[in-house]
Order: sequence, then structure tokens, then C-alpha cells
Amino acid sequence: MSSILFLIPFLAAIAIIFGSPARLTARVAGVSTLVIGLYAAFTWQCDCWSSSISVLRTPSLDLAFGFLNGTSSIMVALSVIVLAAAVLSGKAPEGREKLYYASSLLIAAGAIGAFISTNLFFFYAFHELALIPTFLMIGLLGRGSRKEIAWKITVYLGVGSLILLAGLVWLARECGTYNMIEMLKQTQEIDHTTQKSIAALLIIGFGTLVSLFPFHSWAAPAYASAPAPTAMLHAGVLKKFGLYGLLQLAVPLVPVGMNAWLTPLLVLLLGNILWVGFVTINQKRIDGMLGHSSVMHMGYIFLAIAALIASKHAGVENPYAIPAASVLMFAHGISIAMLFGLADRIERCTGTLDLADLGGLAKPAPRLAFLFGIAGMASLGLPGLANFSGEVMVFLSGFFGRSAGGALEPVQIATILSLWGVVMSAVYVLRVFRKTFQGPTVNSTVNATDIPLLEQLPALLLAAALLVVGLYPNILVNLLH
Amino acid sequence: MPAYYLEALTVTLGILLLVAEAFVPSKSKTWIGLAGIVGLLLILALTFRAIGPDNTSEGKAWAKYALWDLYKFDAAARFYKIIALVTAVFVLILAVDYRSILAKFSGDKGSEEGTGEYYSLIIIATAAMMWMASAKNLAFLFVSLELLTVTFYILVAFMKRNVGSLEAGVKYLILGALSTGFLVYGIAWIYGATGSLDLAQITLAAGDEGTPGTPLLFGVALVMIALGFKVGAAPMHFWIPDVYQGAPTPTTAFLSIGSKAAGFMALISFLAPFSHCPYAGKIFSALVILACLTLIIGNFGAIPQNNFKRLLAYSSIANAGFILLAIAANRSGEDGLSSAKIVGFYLASYLIMTMAAFFILNIIRVQSGSDNIDALDGLAKRNPILAVAATVIMASLAGVPLTVGFLGKFFVFQAAMASQMWIPVIIAAIAAAAGFYYYFKVLRAIWWNAPNHKDSVPFDTTSIFSFALTVLTIAILVFGVWQQPLMNLLKGL
Repeated sequence: MSSILFLIPFLAAIAIIFGSPARLTARVAGVSTLVIGLYAAFTWQCDCWSSSISVLRTPSLDLAFGFLNGTSSIMVALSVIVLAAAVLSGKAPEGREKLYYASSLLIAAGAIGAFISTNLFFFYAFHELALIPTFLMIGLLGRGSRKEIAWKITVYLGVGSLILLAGLVWLARECGTYNMIEMLKQTQEIDHTTQKSIAALLIIGFGTLVSLFPFHSWAAPAYASAPAPTAMLHAGVLKKFGLYGLLQLAVPLVPVGMNAWLTPLLVLLLGNILWVGFVTINQKRIDGMLGHSSVMHMGYIFLAIAALIASKHAGVENPYAIPAASVLMFAHGISIAMLFGLADRIERCTGTLDLADLGGLAKPAPRLAFLFGIAGMASLGLPGLANFSGEVMVFLSGFFGRSAGGALEPVQIATILSLWGVVMSAVYVLRVFRKTFQGPTVNSTVNATDIPLLEQLPALLLAAALLVVGLYPNILVNLLH
Repeated sequence: MPAYYLEALTVTLGILLLVAEAFVPSKSKTWIGLAGIVGLLLILALTFRAIGPDNTSEGKAWAKYALWDLYKFDAAARFYKIIALVTAVFVLILAVDYRSILAKFSGDKGSEEGTGEYYSLIIIATAAMMWMASAKNLAFLFVSLELLTVTFYILVAFMKRNVGSLEAGVKYLILGALSTGFLVYGIAWIYGATGSLDLAQITLAAGDEGTPGTPLLFGVALVMIALGFKVGAAPMHFWIPDVYQGAPTPTTAFLSIGSKAAGFMALISFLAPFSHCPYAGKIFSALVILACLTLIIGNFGAIPQNNFKRLLAYSSIANAGFILLAIAANRSGEDGLSSAKIVGFYLASYLIMTMAAFFILNIIRVQSGSDNIDALDGLAKRNPILAVAATVIMASLAGVPLTVGFLGKFFVFQAAMASQMWIPVIIAAIAAAAGFYYYFKVLRAIWWNAPNHKDSVPFDTTSIFSFALTVLTIAILVFGVWQQPLMNLLKGL
């Protein structure tokens, strides 16, 4: 039954291409997916959600949908919330409504399809399906030098996907099946040298898709250029595909291989947090800051994955790592989507995203400032908002199982270093907030209008998600058990 | 119905249309093409009813004919007959659409004189491909291949007032003759080494210790070179870009799909006797090298192309590389996918998407007068539906998942990995990545570039043309997700 989550946005997109009223169709589809999706996410254990159709008998290939585990359901909840917010907010450029809404729906359909696929083949295929409208949206409706940027991300993600495909096919060959549920049930361990090679392919492949340092340089310019719903859906949802893949496939199936690459992975994730963190501080535009910050925050989720790998290797159960990664993926997706959506609003009411041309926006637009403030505070990890619970669990998972007085292990050193990332987040978020909203009004902001009620809706939806998860993280964590 | 009626009917259809053509006023010859399409569709329907001697109860007179010593009718033969017929039907549709240009360069102004023969030649070439699919004897294979090649000499050079077409014709004639020479010489060596032209006998002889190895291998190598010319394997590929570019577009489509499929069919049935002989290692490692070279040259050669037709020519070389890799993997099907099955699937998917690409090429050639990629600039604004179709087609050629093109490549990769051919797998992966680049170049022109000509036409499509293109585009998507119908055709391969 969960196929319906994929089918609603997918069929709506097709209907839009063939002439159904774009905005209305997209909004109806978005809201109905939200309702069904949240219901499905909270009742994922019910067998009624899984279904499978055989599309090919030899070699056996099934179009199978269902929830692998609680992480899948959290990702579905994230996808449907961001989808609804993306189609409700934003404004399509004149004459391009069809493309604008159909692409947004297709990106979401691909992401949801990937998260509810229980067949490796379609897991990969749905993600690719979502990439094509992303390229089109950036290339056609993006800001700045959009053609070069779209071309760059096409090449980057195309190559990354191919490497990933090689790793996944190899993994499936070793497991002898494409059925992900059966793969995860397998008890026989894969040969260790093979594990190491597969893990390398998966880290590079998934890593490129999640903008792991140093394969991250496509991300910030792409998000800065992308139209708001594309940035919201890609940075918020689709990018999590790589982390989801590492968490669901790489860590359980090739743990030894992943552990062999643990130290390089730690170095790279520190690159994400520290290096990209410094780059973020230096951004001169809001969209540039948001793009880079989204790359930076991937580092924390990688850190949770690294902690999971390390404790798996040591033979202990790490109770924090999977909740940490899942909750932080959710929290980051919601907060970055909210920030991109509001940044789009700032650009529409002031005509610029350049920090040098902004200032004092809180006076003419107090509600916009308040909402941007919530999202920004969430992003820097203020307690009470979702990202805080995620980040705390990440740090706890890093130190889990450490005996007092023992030597620091690589994961713990990385955790200590990455704590500084929180400081950097505070610096760049507060700096952007101050330069945009505080101080005296300037030319561009003096006549700005506040965010209208209808456009507050999507932001309020996202803010509510941040608050609920922030105050009661168990709502998500319980799904994992 | 005995299977050999199929070819007999096809040739008869071709000859009848040729005769009828003489009595049709030169103003409109379209109906010859349309009659050919209908006739071929009928024969296609009959293909499913045809049976060979193995499927009949004893005592039917025709099952004892000596013809069956040369001619077989098994799952593979039927599949490749279907491929030939389907290709021919679409090529005839293309040709009907292309007739204005064909007539411009072959007849007088305002008349369609000379286009009638074109339609019937396509049908005769189809019969040749169908015979090739049934060959179980090298002599029979040679004769049907020659019928095909000689027909193509005319089809390539058909636009007799167009220098490009004539140049392509001469090139194709010379290289075709050269490859024929290789083929006959190779067959002679094989006959000398094994004492037979029958492929079943050769299978026995190849496994026999007493068979002289060197002459046999020499013969096999010569035949492989000759067939390499037909399928466009590097380094025997160099005629392809020039000939494809110069030939009339329907001929190019026919060459790149029908003729290539027939060539691969011949290669598979020719190599089958050697797949488990003592020389298999040598023969198939030569094939691996051919495959890698073809992948590299096809894919990297395509990158700098600005002419859409030339791009498709290189793309056809690139795809030949993937198919060769599948053959070289030499899987006998213990995991459900034999090499022959993968090749069949790949060729069927290649047929669908390349044919669709030629439809797009045809329309820009006919209506804008140019073959270049920039003739597609701004197609998204000029004809959005055509742009969406072109996007699906190019995505499929590049191998984006959920399209039929992805599955073909996927199976090839799987087979190569199962045979542990790691270096070819890496080369194929790089080649596939290059494919993304050059196919997406077309998409870039369609979506991102503004229409660059002041008089850019919106590209009107005729109803039969849009119907055919729609069928192909939907087939790409449907077979991309639901492959079982296509696999059912391949049962028994």
C-alpha cells in the first residue's frame, strides 16, 4: 500500500504535464501525501504497507514497497512534510508553472520512492528519477550562472551515481538477491577483502551524493542557484538518500569494510564540519551561507554513522547512533527546507540576497524575521528545537562505551573537534540574522512587505515539526523500536 | 505454417511493390511505402504462427526438405526475425516521412519518382536479415549477408544527386567488399580445418583433439574481423561515422539497427560452436579486447560531435561495445541470463530507443534542413511534447534507471562482473559515464538553449509519425519498469 505515497506525487506530476491546473494539482497532491505519509510513518510496522509486484522473473526483480525499519518511516515523514511545504510556499515564475510544480512533485516522488523501496534496484532507480528534474529546474529556472552550475551537478552526481551503482551491484551479487529485506536478514558474512572494496565504492558513491568532503563542491553553488522548492527538496530530502543508504546498507552489510575506512572517513567528515564551516562563515550571500551550512551539517550525521561503525567493530550495541543519525537527518531536512523557503521570500520582497544590501528587515517584516529566527536557531542547535536533540545524541554516540581514563579513540577525537562546529554554526547563523534583520532599514528593505498569511502556512508547518521533535524527540525515537 | 514462408512472403512483397511501382503516377508514391508497412505487419503477425520441423508432428512433407540442413527456426531465429520486421516497419514510416528529401536528390522537381524503389529495397533487405537469423550453415550465412550488403549499397547511395550520399555509398562499397573478402577467406580456412560448413559439424570438430588449431583460429579471426565490420566493432568501425552521416536518414536507421542486429545474430551463431572448445579462451579474450576498444573509441569519439547524426553513429559504435562485452562474457545462463539473452534484450532496447532518436533526427532534418545538434536549440519552447519525448529517449540512451536503456547496460555489467572481467567493467563504467555527457548535450540544446534561428520552425508532426514516436517513447518507459513482456520474447535463448 505504501506505493500510494509514491504514486500520488508521480501521477500528479504527469497530470500537470498533460494540462491539469499546475498549482492546484500540486497543492492537493502535496497535502494528501502529507496526511497519508504521516499516517503511514507512524503505523509503519503494519504489514499492510508492504507490497510487491514481480516485473521480471529471471533474474528475479520485484517492484517492492514497504518500510525497512523505523529510519525509513522517519525519512518518509520528512519527505512528505517538506514536499507539502515546498508546493505550498514559493511562487512559480510567470509561464513556467507546469515545469515548476511538476518537477517539485517528481523530485519528491523519487525521494519517497527510494525511501520506501525494499528492492535495491528500484531504491537506486528512484533516486535517479529525482535527479533529472533537479537538473532541469536548476538549468532552467536557477539564479546566476545556472547553466554551468546545472552542468556541473549533472556531471558530479552522474559520476557519483555510477560509482554507487557499481558498489550496489557488487553488494547484491555477494548477497545473491536484490531484495533488501532478505539482504539484511542474511547471516553469512561477506569476505573481508571484498567488503573493503565494496565499502570504498559505497563511501565514495553515497558520499558524493551527500556532499562528503572533498566531493562537496557541487552542493553549495547548486543550492544557491536552485529555485526554492528544488533547494528545499534536494537539500532537505533527496540528499539524505546517501546517508540513508550508508546507514541501511553499508553499515549492516559490510561492517568490516566500513571499519577499514573509518579513519579516512573521520578525516573527511571533519573536513565537512571544520573546513566547510569556516567557508560558511565567510559567505556574503544568504543563499551561499545556506548552501554551505547544509554541506557542513552533513558532517554530524556522518559522525553518528562513524560512531556506529566503531562500536559495531568493538562488538557493542550503540543505542544512540541510529537515533542520532535518524533524528538529525529529519531535523536538518526540516530546518534547511524552512531556511531556503524563507530566503526565497526575502529575495522576493527585497530583490536581493546579498548581505551587503540587506538590513533592518525585522521592522517592516517582523513575522518573517521571527520565522527565519526559529529556523536559524534550530540550525545552530538551540535546545528545544529538533536539531539540538539530534546533535546531542550524535555527541553521546561518539563517546558511548568509553571507559573512564582510557585513551581517546579516533571517533572521540573527531567528536571533540567537531564540537567546534556548533560554535561556527552560531557565528554564521547569528551573523546572517543580524545583517539581514537588525540595524537600520536600507533601500531594499524599507518598503518590504511582511510574509502573507498563506505563505506563513508552510513555514509554520515546518516550525511545528521542529518544535514537536525538539521538545519530544521520542516521537521519532519510538518509531525506531 | 513452415517458417521459410516468412522470407518467401517478404521477398514476394518487395518484388510485387517494385512491379506495382512502375504503374503508379510519379506524383505520389507514398502508398507503396504504406502498403509495405501493412504487408510487413501481416508477416510480423505470421511470425508468431510459424513453426520449424521440431515443432511439427512427423509426416508433414515439408519437415523433411533438405532446406532444413541450411535453415533453422528456433527461439533465436524467431526473435531476430521479429527485430528485423519491427525495424523495417519503423524504417518505412521514417522513409515515408523523408520522401521529400529523397525525391529532391533522386528525381525531378515536384515528383516522387525514385522513392518507390526505396521502399521495396528496404523490404528486400529485411528478407535478407530474416534469412541471416535462420542460418545454420556458413555458406547460407554468407549468401544472406551478401544479399543484405548489396541491397545496402543501393540504399546508402540512393540520393544520387547528393555528393554526401554518393561518397557514403562508395565508402560503404569498398569497405563492404573488403569485409566480404575477409568473410569468404575465413570461411575457407574454417572449412579447410574442420571439413564442414555446417555449424553443428564445426562444433563437433572444434571440440575434437585432431582438428588443427592454428588454421581454425586463423579462420575464426578472419570471420570475426568481417563481422566486426558489420556490427561496427573498433578498429573496424571507421566507416561508420562517414557512411551514417552521408546516407539518407532512414537508411542510416536501418543500418544502425537492423543491419547491426543481424550482424550480432550472425556473430553469436558463429561463435556458439566455439564457446566451450579448447580455443574458447583465446577467441573470447580477443573479443574482450575488441569490446574494450569499441567502448573507448565509441564513447570518447562521441564527446566532441556537434552533428546529431554523427553523434548517433558514434553512439551505435558505443552500444556495439556493450553488446560485444556481453558476448565476450560468454555466460551460458546458469543464473538465468545467458549472453545470447542479454544481447537479445540489449538489441531490443537499442532498437526502441535508437529508432526513436532517428525519428527525432528525421524531423529536424526534414523541417529545419540541418543535422546539427544546434538545430534542436530551444525545442522545449518550439514543441514541448516533442521535447519531453526527446528527453525520455536521450535519458534512455544514456542509461538512466527506469528506462529500458538502463536495464540493457545493467545486464551487461552484471554478466561481465559474473565473469570477473574487472578491467573491462571499469572501462565500461567510464564509457557509460562519458555517455551521460554526450547524450545530455542534446538535452542541453533542447532545454537550455534559446532558439537560435529567426525562422525556427515549431516542428509539425504528421499523425503516423507522432503515433510511431509515441509508441516508441511509451515503450521505453513501460519496458523500463516492466521487463517481463520483453523477456518472454527471449524465452529459450
